[in-house]
Amino acid sequence: MQFAILIYGNETAMMAMSEAEQATMLGAYKAYSEALVAAGAMRGGERLRPSPTAASVRIVNGKSEVLNGPYAETREQLGGFYLIDVADMDLALAWGARCPGASHGTIEVRPIWTM
Amino acid sequence: MERTDPRGAAGTAEAVARQAYGKLVAWLAARTRDVAGAEDALSEAFVAALRHWPEAGIPASPDAWLMTAARRRLIDGHRRRSVEAKAIEDLLVLAGDEAAEDAAAVPDDRLSLMFVCAHPAIEPRMRAPLILQTLLGFDAGTIASAFLVAPATMGQRLVRAKRRIAELGLAFAVPERDEWPERLDAVLEAIYAAYGEGWADPSGQEARLRNLAEEAIWLGRLLVALLPDEPEAAGLLALMLHSHARRFARRDADGRYVPLAAQEMARWDEGLIGEAEALLARAARAGRFGRYQLEAAIQSAHVVRRRLGRPDWQAIGVLYDALFDLTGSPVVALNRAVALAEREGAAAGLSALDAAARDPRLESYQPYWAARAAMLEALGDPTGAAKAYGLAIGLETDPAVRDFLQARCAALPLSR
Repeated sequence: MQFAILIYGNETAMMAMSEAEQATMLGAYKAYSEALVAAGAMRGGERLRPSPTAASVRIVNGKSEVLNGPYAETREQLGGFYLIDVADMDLALAWGARCPGASHGTIEVRPIWTM
Repeated sequence: MERTDPRGAAGTAEAVARQAYGKLVAWLAARTRDVAGAEDALSEAFVAALRHWPEAGIPASPDAWLMTAARRRLIDGHRRRSVEAKAIEDLLVLAGDEAAEDAAAVPDDRLSLMFVCAHPAIEPRMRAPLILQTLLGFDAGTIASAFLVAPATMGQRLVRAKRRIAELGLAFAVPERDEWPERLDAVLEAIYAAYGEGWADPSGQEARLRNLAEEAIWLGRLLVALLPDEPEAAGLLALMLHSHARRFARRDADGRYVPLAAQEMARWDEGLIGEAEALLARAARAGRFGRYQLEAAIQSAHVVRRRLGRPDWQAIGVLYDALFDLTGSPVVALNRAVALAEREGAAAGLSALDAAARDPRLESYQPYWAARAAMLEALGDPTGAAKAYGLAIGLETDPAVRDFLQARCAALPLSR
Protein backbone atom coordinates (compact mmCIF):
# COMPACT_ATOMS: atom_id res chain seq x y z
CA MET A 1 0.00 0.00 0.00
CA GLN A 2 1.19 3.49 -0.74
CA PHE A 3 1.11 6.25 1.86
CA ALA A 4 2.01 9.92 1.86
CA ILE A 5 4.03 11.11 4.83
CA LEU A 6 3.25 14.83 5.05
CA ILE A 7 5.62 16.86 7.18
CA TYR A 8 4.16 19.89 8.94
CA GLY A 9 6.28 22.21 11.02
CA ASN A 10 6.58 25.73 12.30
CA GLU A 11 8.52 27.57 9.58
CA THR A 12 9.41 30.48 11.82
CA ALA A 13 11.05 28.13 14.32
CA MET A 14 12.83 26.32 11.47
CA MET A 15 14.19 29.58 10.11
CA ALA A 16 15.46 30.51 13.57
CA MET A 17 17.59 27.36 13.78
CA SER A 18 21.36 27.81 14.04
CA GLU A 19 23.48 26.52 11.19
CA ALA A 20 24.68 23.61 13.31
CA GLU A 21 21.09 22.68 14.14
CA GLN A 22 20.13 22.88 10.46
CA ALA A 23 23.05 20.64 9.52
CA THR A 24 21.99 18.12 12.17
CA MET A 25 18.42 18.17 10.85
CA LEU A 26 19.51 17.71 7.25
CA GLY A 27 21.75 14.84 8.34
CA ALA A 28 18.83 13.22 10.13
CA TYR A 29 16.64 13.54 7.02
CA LYS A 30 19.37 12.10 4.84
CA ALA A 31 19.68 9.11 7.19
CA TYR A 32 15.90 8.73 7.26
CA SER A 33 15.71 8.70 3.47
CA GLU A 34 18.50 6.11 3.32
CA ALA A 35 16.71 3.92 5.86
CA LEU A 36 13.54 4.09 3.74
CA VAL A 37 15.53 3.10 0.65
CA ALA A 38 17.25 0.25 2.52
CA ALA A 39 13.85 -1.04 3.65
CA GLY A 40 12.58 -0.94 0.06
CA ALA A 41 9.79 1.44 1.09
CA MET A 42 10.92 4.63 -0.64
CA ARG A 43 8.87 5.77 -3.63
CA GLY A 44 9.81 9.45 -3.61
CA GLY A 45 9.77 12.63 -1.61
CA GLU A 46 10.73 16.29 -1.73
CA ARG A 47 11.38 19.22 0.53
CA LEU A 48 9.21 22.25 -0.25
CA ARG A 49 10.41 25.84 -0.34
CA PRO A 50 8.90 27.95 2.47
CA SER A 51 5.22 28.85 2.29
CA PRO A 52 5.70 32.55 1.38
CA THR A 53 7.00 31.33 -1.99
CA ALA A 54 3.61 29.73 -2.63
CA ALA A 55 0.75 31.17 -4.62
CA SER A 56 -2.73 29.69 -4.28
CA VAL A 57 -5.36 29.57 -6.97
CA ARG A 58 -9.07 28.84 -6.94
CA ILE A 59 -12.09 29.68 -9.09
CA VAL A 60 -14.63 31.96 -7.39
CA ASN A 61 -17.84 32.88 -9.24
CA GLY A 62 -16.32 31.62 -12.44
CA LYS A 63 -13.25 33.86 -12.11
CA SER A 64 -9.87 32.57 -11.12
CA GLU A 65 -8.50 34.13 -7.98
CA VAL A 66 -4.80 33.95 -7.17
CA LEU A 67 -3.51 34.60 -3.66
CA ASN A 68 -0.02 35.04 -2.25
CA GLY A 69 1.09 32.37 0.16
CA PRO A 70 -0.40 29.01 0.98
CA TYR A 71 -4.16 28.53 0.92
CA ALA A 72 -4.62 27.78 4.62
CA GLU A 73 -3.14 29.90 7.41
CA THR A 74 -1.97 27.57 10.14
CA ARG A 75 0.69 27.60 12.80
CA GLU A 76 2.33 24.64 11.07
CA GLN A 77 3.10 24.65 7.38
CA LEU A 78 3.61 21.78 4.96
CA GLY A 79 7.38 21.56 4.59
CA GLY A 80 7.83 18.39 2.59
CA PHE A 81 6.56 14.93 1.88
CA TYR A 82 7.55 11.35 1.27
CA LEU A 83 5.72 8.74 -0.73
CA ILE A 84 6.28 5.29 0.74
CA ASP A 85 5.11 1.78 -0.02
CA VAL A 86 4.59 -0.55 2.97
CA ALA A 87 2.24 -3.39 3.88
CA ASP A 88 -0.20 -1.49 6.10
CA MET A 89 -1.05 1.61 8.11
CA ASP A 90 0.71 0.31 11.23
CA LEU A 91 4.01 0.16 9.35
CA ALA A 92 3.34 3.52 7.71
CA LEU A 93 2.84 5.08 11.16
CA ALA A 94 6.06 3.49 12.37
CA TRP A 95 7.87 5.24 9.51
CA GLY A 96 5.97 8.44 10.29
CA ALA A 97 7.28 8.30 13.87
CA ARG A 98 10.85 7.89 12.60
CA CYS A 99 10.62 11.03 10.48
CA PRO A 100 12.88 13.66 12.07
CA GLY A 101 10.06 16.22 11.74
CA ALA A 102 7.89 14.23 14.18
CA SER A 103 9.80 15.60 17.18
CA HIS A 104 9.18 19.28 16.38
CA GLY A 105 6.08 19.26 14.23
CA THR A 106 3.29 17.00 13.08
CA ILE A 107 3.54 14.15 10.65
CA GLU A 108 0.37 13.28 8.80
CA VAL A 109 0.25 9.77 7.38
CA ARG A 110 -2.34 9.29 4.65
CA PRO A 111 -3.17 6.33 2.44
CA ILE A 112 -2.91 7.09 -1.27
CA TRP A 113 -6.24 6.88 -3.07
CA THR A 114 -5.44 4.42 -5.83
CA MET A 115 -7.60 4.85 -8.89
CA MET B 1 0.32 0.68 45.24
CA GLU B 2 -0.82 4.12 46.42
CA ARG B 3 -1.19 6.69 43.71
CA THR B 4 -0.79 10.22 44.96
CA ASP B 5 -2.34 12.96 42.95
CA PRO B 6 -1.70 16.65 43.39
CA ARG B 7 -5.06 17.66 42.00
CA GLY B 8 -7.11 17.47 45.19
CA ALA B 9 -10.46 15.83 45.68
CA ALA B 10 -11.19 15.20 42.02
CA GLY B 11 -7.74 13.70 41.54
CA THR B 12 -8.07 11.50 44.61
CA ALA B 13 -11.49 10.36 43.49
CA GLU B 14 -10.06 9.47 40.12
CA ALA B 15 -7.13 7.58 41.63
CA VAL B 16 -9.40 5.59 43.94
CA ALA B 17 -11.82 4.82 41.14
CA ARG B 18 -8.93 3.75 38.90
CA GLN B 19 -7.65 1.43 41.60
CA ALA B 20 -11.03 -0.26 41.72
CA TYR B 21 -11.58 -0.32 37.97
CA GLY B 22 -9.82 -3.52 36.94
CA LYS B 23 -11.14 -5.48 39.85
CA LEU B 24 -14.70 -4.45 39.07
CA VAL B 25 -14.52 -5.02 35.31
CA ALA B 26 -13.13 -8.45 36.09
CA TRP B 27 -15.90 -9.16 38.58
CA LEU B 28 -18.71 -8.02 36.30
CA ALA B 29 -17.29 -9.59 33.14
CA ALA B 30 -16.67 -12.91 34.85
CA ARG B 31 -20.39 -13.03 35.66
CA THR B 32 -21.79 -11.80 32.35
CA ARG B 33 -19.07 -12.97 29.94
CA ASP B 34 -19.48 -9.54 28.38
CA VAL B 35 -16.34 -7.46 28.73
CA ALA B 36 -17.62 -4.57 26.64
CA GLY B 37 -20.90 -4.39 28.57
CA ALA B 38 -19.06 -4.49 31.89
CA GLU B 39 -16.78 -1.67 30.77
CA ASP B 40 -19.69 0.47 29.60
CA ALA B 41 -21.60 0.03 32.83
CA LEU B 42 -18.52 0.72 34.88
CA SER B 43 -17.48 3.79 32.95
CA GLU B 44 -20.95 5.24 33.57
CA ALA B 45 -20.55 4.44 37.27
CA PHE B 46 -17.10 6.00 37.06
CA VAL B 47 -18.48 9.25 35.64
CA ALA B 48 -21.08 9.33 38.40
CA ALA B 49 -18.36 8.79 41.01
CA LEU B 50 -16.20 11.60 39.66
CA ARG B 51 -19.23 13.88 39.79
CA HIS B 52 -20.36 12.77 43.21
CA TRP B 53 -17.26 11.98 45.28
CA PRO B 54 -15.40 15.29 45.19
CA GLU B 55 -18.41 16.93 46.88
CA ALA B 56 -19.80 14.12 49.03
CA GLY B 57 -16.46 12.65 49.98
CA ILE B 58 -15.03 9.28 49.00
CA PRO B 59 -17.22 6.45 50.29
CA ALA B 60 -15.82 4.05 52.88
CA SER B 61 -15.90 1.30 50.30
CA PRO B 62 -15.31 2.80 46.83
CA ASP B 63 -15.36 -0.67 45.27
CA ALA B 64 -18.80 -1.41 46.63
CA TRP B 65 -20.15 2.00 45.63
CA LEU B 66 -18.90 1.64 42.04
CA MET B 67 -20.03 -1.95 41.82
CA THR B 68 -23.53 -1.19 42.96
CA ALA B 69 -23.77 1.69 40.50
CA ALA B 70 -22.41 -0.41 37.63
CA ARG B 71 -24.64 -3.32 38.45
CA ARG B 72 -27.74 -1.15 38.45
CA ARG B 73 -26.76 0.16 35.06
CA LEU B 74 -26.19 -3.33 33.71
CA ILE B 75 -29.56 -4.48 34.99
CA ASP B 76 -31.29 -1.37 33.62
CA GLY B 77 -29.60 -1.91 30.29
CA HIS B 78 -30.81 -5.49 30.14
CA ARG B 79 -34.32 -4.35 31.03
CA ARG B 80 -34.28 -1.82 28.20
CA ARG B 81 -33.15 -4.37 25.66
CA SER B 82 -35.22 -7.37 24.76
CA VAL B 83 -33.78 -9.76 27.24
CA GLU B 84 -32.66 -13.17 26.05
CA ALA B 85 -32.70 -16.22 28.24
CA LYS B 86 -28.99 -16.07 28.88
CA ALA B 87 -29.20 -12.44 29.91
CA ILE B 88 -31.89 -13.29 32.41
CA GLU B 89 -29.47 -15.73 33.98
CA ASP B 90 -26.88 -12.96 34.19
CA LEU B 91 -29.40 -10.67 35.82
CA LEU B 92 -30.23 -13.25 38.39
CA VAL B 93 -26.54 -13.79 39.10
CA LEU B 94 -26.00 -10.06 39.41
CA ALA B 95 -29.08 -9.46 41.51
CA GLY B 96 -28.25 -12.36 43.78
CA ASP B 97 -24.89 -10.87 44.56
CA GLU B 98 -26.20 -8.17 46.86
CA ALA B 99 -24.10 -9.86 49.53
CA ALA B 100 -20.99 -8.65 47.73
CA GLU B 101 -21.95 -5.10 48.68
CA ASP B 102 -19.06 -5.19 51.11
CA ALA B 103 -15.80 -4.56 49.24
CA ALA B 104 -13.96 -7.27 51.14
CA ALA B 105 -16.43 -9.73 49.71
CA VAL B 106 -15.76 -8.72 46.09
CA PRO B 107 -13.72 -11.65 44.89
CA ASP B 108 -10.64 -10.67 42.96
CA ASP B 109 -11.14 -11.86 39.40
CA ARG B 110 -8.37 -9.75 37.90
CA LEU B 111 -6.10 -12.73 37.40
CA SER B 112 -8.84 -14.53 35.44
CA LEU B 113 -9.37 -11.39 33.38
CA MET B 114 -5.66 -11.22 32.54
CA PHE B 115 -5.72 -14.85 31.45
CA VAL B 116 -8.75 -14.22 29.25
CA CYS B 117 -7.12 -11.19 27.62
CA ALA B 118 -3.97 -13.22 26.95
CA HIS B 119 -5.87 -16.30 25.74
CA PRO B 120 -4.35 -18.24 22.79
CA ALA B 121 -7.52 -17.43 20.82
CA ILE B 122 -6.79 -13.68 21.10
CA GLU B 123 -4.42 -12.20 18.54
CA PRO B 124 -1.00 -11.89 20.24
CA ARG B 125 -0.57 -8.20 19.35
CA MET B 126 -3.95 -7.42 20.96
CA ARG B 127 -3.27 -9.02 24.34
CA ALA B 128 -1.39 -6.13 25.92
CA PRO B 129 -3.86 -3.48 24.64
CA LEU B 130 -6.76 -5.56 25.94
CA ILE B 131 -5.21 -5.90 29.40
CA LEU B 132 -4.48 -2.17 29.51
CA GLN B 133 -8.04 -1.37 28.62
CA THR B 134 -9.88 -3.86 30.79
CA LEU B 135 -7.68 -3.74 33.90
CA LEU B 136 -6.64 -0.11 33.86
CA GLY B 137 -9.43 1.55 31.95
CA PHE B 138 -7.26 3.22 29.32
CA ASP B 139 -9.19 4.54 26.36
CA ALA B 140 -8.47 3.30 22.86
CA GLY B 141 -6.85 6.59 21.85
CA THR B 142 -4.25 6.43 24.61
CA ILE B 143 -3.48 2.79 23.90
CA ALA B 144 -3.21 3.57 20.19
CA SER B 145 -0.61 6.27 20.92
CA ALA B 146 1.43 3.86 22.99
CA PHE B 147 1.46 1.16 20.34
CA LEU B 148 1.72 3.54 17.36
CA VAL B 149 -1.53 2.44 15.78
CA ALA B 150 -4.22 4.69 14.33
CA PRO B 151 -6.83 5.34 17.08
CA ALA B 152 -9.75 4.21 14.90
CA THR B 153 -7.92 0.99 14.06
CA MET B 154 -7.09 0.30 17.71
CA GLY B 155 -10.72 0.92 18.66
CA GLN B 156 -11.95 -1.57 16.06
CA ARG B 157 -9.39 -4.18 17.10
CA LEU B 158 -10.34 -3.90 20.78
CA VAL B 159 -14.02 -4.25 19.96
CA ARG B 160 -13.28 -7.28 17.77
CA ALA B 161 -11.15 -8.90 20.48
CA LYS B 162 -13.91 -8.44 23.07
CA ARG B 163 -16.51 -9.81 20.70
CA ARG B 164 -14.27 -12.83 20.23
CA ILE B 165 -14.14 -13.43 23.98
CA ALA B 166 -17.94 -13.42 24.04
CA GLU B 167 -18.43 -15.50 20.88
CA LEU B 168 -15.98 -18.19 21.86
CA GLY B 169 -17.27 -18.14 25.42
CA LEU B 170 -13.70 -18.01 26.70
CA ALA B 171 -13.65 -19.13 30.30
CA PHE B 172 -13.09 -16.46 32.91
CA ALA B 173 -10.99 -18.78 34.97
CA VAL B 174 -7.41 -19.30 35.94
CA PRO B 175 -6.28 -22.13 33.67
CA GLU B 176 -5.46 -25.61 34.91
CA ARG B 177 -1.91 -26.20 36.07
CA ASP B 178 -0.96 -28.24 33.00
CA GLU B 179 -1.79 -25.28 30.74
CA TRP B 180 0.18 -22.87 32.88
CA PRO B 181 3.52 -22.50 31.19
CA GLU B 182 2.28 -21.10 27.89
CA ARG B 183 -0.78 -19.35 29.30
CA LEU B 184 1.17 -17.52 31.99
CA ASP B 185 3.85 -16.67 29.46
CA ALA B 186 1.26 -14.88 27.34
CA VAL B 187 0.18 -12.78 30.34
CA LEU B 188 3.80 -11.94 31.19
CA GLU B 189 4.54 -11.09 27.58
CA ALA B 190 1.55 -8.75 27.40
CA ILE B 191 2.63 -6.87 30.53
CA TYR B 192 6.21 -6.72 29.25
CA ALA B 193 4.96 -5.39 25.91
CA ALA B 194 3.10 -2.66 27.77
CA TYR B 195 6.32 -1.79 29.61
CA GLY B 196 8.33 -1.79 26.41
CA GLU B 197 5.87 0.43 24.61
CA GLY B 198 5.81 2.80 27.56
CA TRP B 199 5.86 6.36 26.48
CA ALA B 200 6.91 9.28 28.62
CA ASP B 201 4.57 11.96 29.73
CA PRO B 202 7.29 14.30 30.96
CA SER B 203 4.94 16.94 32.30
CA GLY B 204 2.83 14.36 34.11
CA GLN B 205 -0.13 16.66 33.55
CA GLU B 206 -2.18 14.44 31.34
CA ALA B 207 -4.11 12.02 33.54
CA ARG B 208 -4.97 9.76 30.64
CA LEU B 209 -1.38 9.78 29.38
CA ARG B 210 0.29 8.60 32.53
CA ASN B 211 3.49 6.78 31.95
CA LEU B 212 2.68 3.36 30.57
CA ALA B 213 5.86 1.93 32.04
CA GLU B 214 4.56 2.72 35.52
CA GLU B 215 1.23 1.12 34.69
CA ALA B 216 3.00 -2.03 33.54
CA ILE B 217 4.95 -2.12 36.79
CA TRP B 218 1.68 -1.74 38.63
CA LEU B 219 0.28 -4.72 36.72
CA GLY B 220 3.48 -6.63 37.49
CA ARG B 221 3.06 -5.92 41.20
CA LEU B 222 -0.54 -7.02 40.99
CA LEU B 223 0.49 -10.27 39.32
CA VAL B 224 3.15 -10.97 41.95
CA ALA B 225 0.58 -10.28 44.68
CA LEU B 226 -1.90 -12.67 43.05
CA LEU B 227 0.73 -15.32 42.24
CA PRO B 228 3.33 -15.10 45.01
CA ASP B 229 4.82 -18.52 44.20
CA GLU B 230 5.42 -17.90 40.50
CA PRO B 231 9.14 -17.20 39.93
CA GLU B 232 8.69 -15.86 36.41
CA ALA B 233 6.14 -13.27 37.56
CA ALA B 234 8.69 -12.10 40.15
CA GLY B 235 11.37 -12.17 37.44
CA LEU B 236 9.31 -9.94 35.17
CA LEU B 237 8.68 -7.44 37.97
CA ALA B 238 12.38 -7.47 38.89
CA LEU B 239 13.29 -6.83 35.25
CA MET B 240 10.92 -3.86 34.97
CA LEU B 241 12.05 -2.39 38.32
CA HIS B 242 15.71 -2.67 37.33
CA SER B 243 15.07 -0.90 34.07
CA HIS B 244 12.90 1.73 35.74
CA ALA B 245 15.53 2.36 38.42
CA ARG B 246 17.74 3.90 35.74
CA ARG B 247 15.09 6.12 34.17
CA PHE B 248 16.57 9.41 35.43
CA ALA B 249 20.12 8.46 34.44
CA ARG B 250 19.15 8.01 30.78
CA ARG B 251 19.23 11.74 30.12
CA ASP B 252 21.69 14.38 31.30
CA ALA B 253 20.67 17.78 32.68
CA ASP B 254 20.26 19.11 29.13
CA GLY B 255 18.03 16.23 28.08
CA ARG B 256 20.76 14.51 26.08
CA TYR B 257 20.77 10.71 25.80
CA VAL B 258 23.26 8.90 28.05
CA PRO B 259 24.12 5.28 27.15
CA LEU B 260 24.13 2.73 29.99
CA ALA B 261 27.94 2.53 30.17
CA ALA B 262 28.21 6.29 30.73
CA GLN B 263 25.35 6.65 33.22
CA GLU B 264 25.98 8.27 36.58
CA MET B 265 25.32 5.59 39.16
CA ALA B 266 24.27 8.24 41.67
CA ARG B 267 21.20 8.81 39.51
CA TRP B 268 20.07 5.18 39.73
CA ASP B 269 17.18 4.51 42.09
CA GLU B 270 18.71 2.38 44.85
CA GLY B 271 15.33 1.57 46.36
CA LEU B 272 14.02 0.01 43.16
CA ILE B 273 17.30 -1.84 42.54
CA GLY B 274 17.14 -3.29 46.06
CA GLU B 275 13.56 -4.37 45.56
CA ALA B 276 14.40 -5.98 42.22
CA GLU B 277 17.36 -7.88 43.69
CA ALA B 278 15.23 -9.16 46.58
CA LEU B 279 12.51 -10.33 44.19
CA LEU B 280 15.06 -12.11 42.05
CA ALA B 281 16.69 -13.84 45.02
CA ARG B 282 13.31 -15.04 46.25
CA ALA B 283 12.32 -16.24 42.78
CA ALA B 284 15.59 -18.16 42.39
CA ARG B 285 14.73 -20.32 45.40
CA ALA B 286 11.92 -21.93 43.39
CA GLY B 287 14.59 -23.39 41.11
CA ARG B 288 12.56 -22.80 37.93
CA PHE B 289 14.43 -20.43 35.66
CA GLY B 290 12.86 -18.76 32.71
CA ARG B 291 13.23 -15.90 30.31
CA TYR B 292 12.25 -13.12 32.70
CA GLN B 293 14.47 -14.20 35.58
CA LEU B 294 17.39 -14.45 33.12
CA GLU B 295 16.71 -10.99 31.72
CA ALA B 296 16.44 -9.55 35.22
CA ALA B 297 19.70 -11.28 36.17
CA ILE B 298 21.39 -9.60 33.19
CA GLN B 299 20.22 -6.25 34.57
CA SER B 300 21.71 -7.25 37.95
CA ALA B 301 25.02 -8.02 36.30
CA HIS B 302 24.98 -4.54 34.77
CA VAL B 303 24.33 -2.73 38.05
CA VAL B 304 27.14 -4.70 39.70
CA ARG B 305 29.14 -1.75 38.36
CA ARG B 306 28.22 -0.04 41.63
CA ARG B 307 30.45 -2.51 43.48
CA LEU B 308 32.99 -3.75 40.91
CA GLY B 309 33.38 -0.53 38.96
CA ARG B 310 32.37 -2.40 35.77
CA PRO B 311 29.57 -4.70 34.65
CA ASP B 312 30.15 -8.43 35.06
CA TRP B 313 30.51 -9.18 31.34
CA GLN B 314 31.38 -12.80 32.03
CA ALA B 315 28.05 -13.36 33.78
CA ILE B 316 26.19 -11.31 31.17
CA GLY B 317 27.63 -13.53 28.42
CA VAL B 318 26.61 -16.75 30.18
CA LEU B 319 23.12 -15.40 30.83
CA TYR B 320 22.66 -14.36 27.19
CA ASP B 321 23.78 -17.82 26.07
CA ALA B 322 21.10 -19.37 28.27
CA LEU B 323 18.52 -16.84 27.10
CA PHE B 324 19.34 -17.53 23.46
CA ASP B 325 19.01 -21.29 23.95
CA LEU B 326 15.62 -20.63 25.52
CA THR B 327 14.17 -18.09 23.07
CA GLY B 328 16.20 -18.17 19.86
CA SER B 329 15.32 -14.49 19.58
CA PRO B 330 17.38 -12.41 17.12
CA VAL B 331 17.34 -9.51 19.60
CA VAL B 332 18.92 -11.78 22.22
CA ALA B 333 21.52 -12.87 19.64
CA LEU B 334 22.29 -9.20 19.01
CA ASN B 335 22.74 -8.43 22.71
CA ARG B 336 24.85 -11.53 23.12
CA ALA B 337 27.14 -10.26 20.36
CA VAL B 338 27.48 -6.91 22.13
CA ALA B 339 28.40 -8.67 25.39
CA LEU B 340 30.91 -10.80 23.48
CA ALA B 341 32.51 -7.68 22.00
CA GLU B 342 32.95 -6.31 25.53
CA ARG B 343 34.58 -9.53 26.69
CA GLU B 344 36.64 -10.65 23.68
CA GLY B 345 36.88 -7.59 21.48
CA ALA B 346 35.06 -6.08 18.51
CA ALA B 347 36.16 -8.71 15.97
CA ALA B 348 34.54 -11.54 17.94
CA GLY B 349 31.50 -9.35 18.49
CA LEU B 350 31.17 -8.54 14.80
CA SER B 351 31.27 -12.17 13.68
CA ALA B 352 28.58 -12.98 16.24
CA LEU B 353 26.62 -10.00 14.94
CA ASP B 354 26.94 -11.27 11.35
CA ALA B 355 25.54 -14.62 12.49
CA ALA B 356 22.64 -12.86 14.23
CA ALA B 357 21.93 -10.77 11.11
CA ARG B 358 20.93 -13.90 9.20
CA ASP B 359 17.54 -13.20 10.74
CA PRO B 360 15.99 -10.58 8.43
CA ARG B 361 13.98 -9.07 11.31
CA LEU B 362 17.10 -7.24 12.46
CA GLU B 363 17.31 -5.27 9.19
CA SER B 364 14.95 -2.56 10.42
CA TYR B 365 15.95 -2.79 14.08
CA GLN B 366 17.78 0.35 15.14
CA PRO B 367 19.91 -1.21 17.94
CA TYR B 368 21.37 -3.69 15.45
CA TRP B 369 22.78 -0.92 13.26
CA ALA B 370 23.96 1.12 16.26
CA ALA B 371 25.83 -1.92 17.64
CA ARG B 372 27.29 -2.68 14.22
CA ALA B 373 28.44 0.92 13.81
CA ALA B 374 30.17 0.91 17.20
CA MET B 375 31.99 -2.36 16.42
CA LEU B 376 33.11 -1.22 12.97
CA GLU B 377 34.31 2.03 14.53
CA ALA B 378 36.33 0.06 17.10
CA LEU B 379 37.82 -2.06 14.29
CA GLY B 380 39.01 1.05 12.44
CA ASP B 381 36.48 0.99 9.58
CA PRO B 382 35.03 4.53 9.68
CA THR B 383 33.38 4.19 6.26
CA GLY B 384 31.47 1.07 7.23
CA ALA B 385 30.67 2.60 10.63
CA ALA B 386 29.27 5.75 9.01
CA LYS B 387 26.98 3.68 6.80
CA ALA B 388 25.70 1.70 9.79
CA TYR B 389 25.27 4.85 11.89
CA GLY B 390 23.28 6.34 9.00
CA LEU B 391 20.79 3.47 9.07
CA ALA B 392 20.57 3.59 12.87
CA ILE B 393 19.86 7.33 12.73
CA GLY B 394 17.23 6.86 10.03
CA LEU B 395 15.44 4.13 12.03
CA GLU B 396 15.45 5.96 15.39
CA THR B 397 12.30 7.67 16.67
CA ASP B 398 13.71 9.30 19.82
CA PRO B 399 15.27 12.67 18.96
CA ALA B 400 17.69 12.48 21.93
CA VAL B 401 19.05 9.12 20.78
CA ARG B 402 19.14 10.37 17.19
CA ASP B 403 21.27 13.36 18.20
CA PHE B 404 23.60 11.07 20.15
CA LEU B 405 24.10 8.78 17.14
CA GLN B 406 24.60 11.75 14.83
CA ALA B 407 27.29 13.15 17.13
CA ARG B 408 29.03 9.74 17.19
CA CYS B 409 28.85 9.56 13.41
CA ALA B 410 30.14 13.11 12.96
CA ALA B 411 33.14 12.29 15.17
CA LEU B 412 34.30 9.47 12.86
CA PRO B 413 37.73 10.09 11.29
CA LEU B 414 36.42 10.19 7.71
CA SER B 415 38.52 11.68 4.93
CA ARG B 416 36.11 14.27 3.57
